[in-house]
Amino acid sequence: MPSVPLELLKEKFPDAIEEVAYFSGEVTARIRKDRLIEVCRFLKDERRSQLDLLSDLSALDFPKEALRFEINYHLYSVAHRHRIRIKIRIADGESVPTVSEVWATANWHEREAFDLFGIAFSGHPDLTRILLPDDWKGHPLRKEYPLEGFPEQHPRYR
Amino acid sequence: MFHTEVLEVNMGPQHPATHGVLRVILGLDGETIVECKPVIGYLHRGVEKLSENKLYVMIPPLCDRLDYVGSASQNLGYIQAVEKLCGIEVPERGEYIRVILAELNRISSHLVWLGTHGLDIGAMTVFFYTFREREMILDLFEAFCGARLTTNMFRFGGTLEDLPPGWVEGCRRFIDLLPSRIQEYEGLLSKNRIWLERTKGVGVISAEAAINWGLTGPCLRGSGVNYDVRKAMPYGAYDRFQFDVPLGTNCDTYDRYVIRVEEMRQSVRIIRQALETLPGGDFRGKVPKKIKPPVAEIYHVIEGPRGEQGFYIRSDGSEKPYRMRFKSPSFVNLQALPVMSRGHLIADVVAIIGTLDIVLGDVDR
Repeated sequence: MPSVPLELLKEKFPDAIEEVAYFSGEVTARIRKDRLIEVCRFLKDERRSQLDLLSDLSALDFPKEALRFEINYHLYSVAHRHRIRIKIRIADGESVPTVSEVWATANWHEREAFDLFGIAFSGHPDLTRILLPDDWKGHPLRKEYPLEGFPEQHPRYR
Repeated sequence: MFHTEVLEVNMGPQHPATHGVLRVILGLDGETIVECKPVIGYLHRGVEKLSENKLYVMIPPLCDRLDYVGSASQNLGYIQAVEKLCGIEVPERGEYIRVILAELNRISSHLVWLGTHGLDIGAMTVFFYTFREREMILDLFEAFCGARLTTNMFRFGGTLEDLPPGWVEGCRRFIDLLPSRIQEYEGLLSKNRIWLERTKGVGVISAEAAINWGLTGPCLRGSGVNYDVRKAMPYGAYDRFQFDVPLGTNCDTYDRYVIRVEEMRQSVRIIRQALETLPGGDFRGKVPKKIKPPVAEIYHVIEGPRGEQGFYIRSDGSEKPYRMRFKSPSFVNLQALPVMSRGHLIADVVAIIGTLDIVLGDVDR
């Protein structure tokens, strides 16, 4: 099934796309990190794609791989009713440019990814922990973080 | 010489009008809000981390406990996401029962919202009226599955059980009754001068800003944006039914009230059609004992009572999800609170939190 946003991307940024995947009607395009903002702006502003709603932003952890984290941007167009998933891969310690200037809603999603994965978003207006207390140690959704937390964090319950 | 400074006031975390444990730091100039910062996380239970350590079949009860007011939608969204991932087929009767239960849950969630929203603003009577009808829905849930709130009614490939004897009649009695009861609520509120003063022109957010802040559900439609997942990308059996998507024009709290009340009527319409055309046959299809999806990723969205609920699952081919992500509409909608409340009074913040219809369990996950 042809995807309008993907065709537009291929036409405008042929060198930025690293990989394309299809599954169950969903289209995924992995793009280069350094082109992220450019691509996002284009997808949002271009009349034919008009992906104005950032439906979700989430991260994944692959501790064994060199490019450890993956960040997914689920985009939706209210006018055209199409979706696309944009993703980038980054290494541990690398920072990602924030998309909160493109979609304001990314602000809290990025704070959450920072809180739970320890991914830094450069240019973010308020990159602080959001779900966990400010003095929390570690990032729980990283795979090496034990399910019940580090023993020294709550000794009373053990 | 006058000396003025912004006064910082903490609202919450324990405040009855925040519908849970939410802290809002308000910067006040007199009684006018110049700054507003929601602080969340008090109910964080790490459901995403828990899910990574559980089998696919063990996760639905966790989903119910995220948004405990709209648990059927949460449950449905997760189940459908896994079904999409594994290619599990659902028999037609199962799909219809799902729609009926999900819509009943939408009505019950909107009833809770209307009652507590009224209570926040000072209209106490509505609360008793709406909870009376909500009780009937919970009774229907209890008759169906034994539980009332965190129901866990759906299974991969269908539903938990077939509808018990007499359930369809009971449901029909309820939906015949509800429209007249909705009129009662409207009689109490729609032309009530205090209600109008407290809701008209409060918490205005333009369509453009609403999309930019990622609002979904009645909050987005209140700003006149026609986006309802049930219409835009129909899932389950929703494409078989006729219903309208109410839209607002003034982008304020009053319009969002009108929309949610109208949505209850539309849900009644959907349930009535589903009951009339309820097909026979199995309520649950054949499903393998072991749920073992292929290596893939899926992002499934459904229209919950609060907006677009997203379920992202990444599978690595094992019996547990590699990553489970819940995108909750409450979390996203709450983010717009500072934009919507700037320039208003403290009392209006209460109204705006109410109109956003957040469930803190869903915000903090």
